[in-house]
Amino acid sequence: MAKTDSLQGSLDLLVLKILSRRPRLHGYAIMAAIASTSGEVLRAEEGSLYPALYRMEEAGWIRAEWIKKDTGRRARIYELTDAGEKQLGVEESRWQSVSLAINRVLREV
Amino acid sequence: MSLWSRISNAVHGERLNREIEEELQSHIEEAIASGRDPGEARRTFGSILRQREAGHSIRVAGWLESLLADTNFGWRQLCRNKVTSAAAVLSLALGIGSCVAAFRLIDALLWRPLPIANSSKLYVLSRQMTGLYGKPAEDGHWATPDFNLMRNAVKDQADLIAISDADRTDISWSTDDDIEKAHVAYVSGNMFPLFGLEPALGRLFIPADDRPGGGPYAVLSWDYWNHRFGRDPHVLGSSLHIGDQIFQIIGVGPRDFTGTETGTVTDIFLPLSVNSLATQDSYAWHRVFMMLKPGVNPATALEPANGLEQLRQHLSAVSHAFEAGCSTCFRGVPQATIDRLLNKKLVFYPAGAGISELQKDYRRLLGILGLLVALVLLIACVNVSNMMTAQAAARSQEMALRISIGAGRRRLVQLILAQSALLALLASVLGAFFAAWSAPFVLSLVNPPDNPARLALPADWRVLLFGFGLVIVVVLLLGLLPALRASAVRPIAALKGGEDPHSPRRLMRGAIALQVAFCCLVLFLSSLFVASFQRLQNRPLGFSTDRLLLLQTVAGKGQLPVVWNQTAEALRSFPGVNSVAISGWPLLGRIAINSDISINGAPPSPTPAWFLNISPGWLSTMKIPLVSGRDFGREDTSPGAAIVNESFARTYFPGQDPIGRTFDRAGNPYLGAAVRYKIVGVTPDTPYRELREPNRPVYYIPIDQVDNKSAPTSVGFATFVIHTDSQNPMTLANSLRQFIAQRHNGLRVSNITTELDLVRDQTIRERLLATLAAFFAAVALLLAGIGLYAVLNYSVQQRRREIGIRMAVGAPRSRIVRLVTVDVFLTIALGSCAGLALGFGAARYVASLFYQVKATDADMIALPACAILLTALVATLPAVLRALRTNPTEILRAE
Repeated sequence: MAKTDSLQGSLDLLVLKILSRRPRLHGYAIMAAIASTSGEVLRAEEGSLYPALYRMEEAGWIRAEWIKKDTGRRARIYELTDAGEKQLGVEESRWQSVSLAINRVLREV
Repeated sequence: MSLWSRISNAVHGERLNREIEEELQSHIEEAIASGRDPGEARRTFGSILRQREAGHSIRVAGWLESLLADTNFGWRQLCRNKVTSAAAVLSLALGIGSCVAAFRLIDALLWRPLPIANSSKLYVLSRQMTGLYGKPAEDGHWATPDFNLMRNAVKDQADLIAISDADRTDISWSTDDDIEKAHVAYVSGNMFPLFGLEPALGRLFIPADDRPGGGPYAVLSWDYWNHRFGRDPHVLGSSLHIGDQIFQIIGVGPRDFTGTETGTVTDIFLPLSVNSLATQDSYAWHRVFMMLKPGVNPATALEPANGLEQLRQHLSAVSHAFEAGCSTCFRGVPQATIDRLLNKKLVFYPAGAGISELQKDYRRLLGILGLLVALVLLIACVNVSNMMTAQAAARSQEMALRISIGAGRRRLVQLILAQSALLALLASVLGAFFAAWSAPFVLSLVNPPDNPARLALPADWRVLLFGFGLVIVVVLLLGLLPALRASAVRPIAALKGGEDPHSPRRLMRGAIALQVAFCCLVLFLSSLFVASFQRLQNRPLGFSTDRLLLLQTVAGKGQLPVVWNQTAEALRSFPGVNSVAISGWPLLGRIAINSDISINGAPPSPTPAWFLNISPGWLSTMKIPLVSGRDFGREDTSPGAAIVNESFARTYFPGQDPIGRTFDRAGNPYLGAAVRYKIVGVTPDTPYRELREPNRPVYYIPIDQVDNKSAPTSVGFATFVIHTDSQNPMTLANSLRQFIAQRHNGLRVSNITTELDLVRDQTIRERLLATLAAFFAAVALLLAGIGLYAVLNYSVQQRRREIGIRMAVGAPRSRIVRLVTVDVFLTIALGSCAGLALGFGAARYVASLFYQVKATDADMIALPACAILLTALVATLPAVLRALRTNPTEILRAE
């Protein structure tokens, strides 16, 4: 099965879910987590991950913080806000209903 | 929160870029650290710059960032032409500052609601009638018994409130020797409750305080309590002496309430009923206000056939019945005068902004001031707009380039509006300082220095809102035209080397016509006002004002003439005093009394005459010569001898020698029974009451008065007229005041002034208007000159190629001069005509402010026309010279 980059608008959902399980991750870690938990099937491209992170930050779903890494460099880590928690619920239920609907179509045909 | 972070990111754009880049860099490092091939990791990541831009655009407020960039760019543009920009900012600042200052004055005097409850429901009662000399007049003062009747008649629909003008009164806080001045107003007891006012200290009047026999109480205004007593709470209970009455202070009014007489701050409020005039049927001495009861809608209330019109008719009927039935009001007055006085129409005026003489006197002046400053601002705006059009035309290639590479036209308009907003903002900051200084300064010129007009001039939301609106208008005026022009650039034409080269010039020429029209209007009105003031000031007085000190003196319950004469005699021996005379009151002061005159017992003539009590020697002290007859002597008393002026002789004894003839001063309620005088002398005419009005018939009578049993009667007040040796008579003021006080004969100096100051006070309004008008005319002329110069200079620069070619093919110099100037002068002529036409219209509205000048006077029209022509000549000269110096070879080579 080919690796798919097109997460079909579910990138937000994945990022929020990952951050709700493991708070305080930086961008690369989020990307890696998406890859590993999906069994290397789903892959978030850097080109779409960071704009998505910034957008969600401006929307107030996640908040960012600079921390100092062991290497001496700074890293920007993200965590879920209360609004993000709520948004995660919304996205999850929407995903459920969409996948349910798709499954139903697949069964019928 | 998120909008805020985006705005802050826009301001700190560079920092944001660094942060994004750092984050992306750390991402790549993580990738390498987790074992990926560095080159491969970078390749997968793609261009950092592109990623950064994508992130950046999400995290900033784009509109703000472009606005900041435009502002930045506009600022650099302004800095590039420092002198032009500074001139633009200064002229705009002057215009904006003057407009805001004028608004502050107009608002404070005419519009600002009184700080009371329901000020929109407050009206003042007045009566329209025919005045003394057949002109329409207003009578806003009422007798207290009349007020009481009216108040009872309408008590179900409205409350009537009586408030007297706040007169400058002699008061004392201890003994009679320690006299000071305060503005005292008598008010009916319902005023404070109806206005919904709360005391700052103690209590305010209640209706029970305002009854005959009620406690003699007084309430201080907060302002007076503050500056006279330093907000000392122990002022409650202290005694206030006015004449022989003593009042007890019971409270202090609220902080911002200074009475209902806009322009005068009331210091002390007294109950209406303590004034002895309150019982007199024939003395109209206070205003009557009306507060509508709740439920009456003021917006529709003044339309006919509803509640308020009925109220008006009801009040009118009550008042008319009172006056017609008043037995003492018209004693001895001729029937024609009675008919005139009774034929009045009662009217209501909204009084939510207070009511005062100052408003009446200065309404039109402030209207004209507003017009002048608005015109100056417009002229300044046109100038700056022209400057920006020229700059925009010079930048048309840049604009074309911007459009070609994809800038939206909206963005171009924003670019130019940002620049004009920058100009307007800088100007408004300077203008705010100018307004803060100039409004109080102009106000200080409004009244005589010893009794200045006082208005609250707060910089509150009303002023801020006006200033803000003004800046918006200025930005649009400045920027809209150049912005639209710039955005209408067709890139292909501009890049090819310019399309129609005439179009910006056409626009600028229209602007010049507008500017000249406004300038001409300002000049025309100014020359009318300046001429009015000069003619008024140079009016022959007929008496000398040189070194004349006036001691306005009072004597409690009155002193016999002998006491006054002895005091005058004593004053004569005072060092530095040249001569001393006594008159009832000074010429051109605030007092003026007339009476009807009857000749040979006939009914009084329709024209009244004015009179003045004088002592022997008063005429020579005032340097008024005698045309014939003699001055009064010691033995002359009133009734008895009289001296009349030439107008009097002409009016009552036409074609006859008045010496030796007699006339009767008709009786009236104020002057008592009729008395007979025999004319012993004739003087030339002098102004009596007002410098502005024509000379009236005046008769002088001796200050020594006797009653019908030939016993001397006492004199309550009079003025010592003192001719001093010193050039500045005021240097003697204090020593003479003490000299009179030390005599302890019951006389006390109430006020000291000079005749020169009284004459000057007569022209205060005209002087103020002439000064301001001349100032703004000069500014307008200067701005118009600069504008003209700039436009012509620009046009010559634009047409260098054309001029060079014409010269090369042999056009004579005169033809070049014509080419450059002819349409400009046509424009100026057109603008001047338009300006004069506007001027005629405006002059009609303010004709009441003119003195012996008419808008149609030839010199009044010639003056502004010449001034504009001269300015135009001076302004066009450099451009013409520049055109003539054009070197054809150089131009053609450059092309």
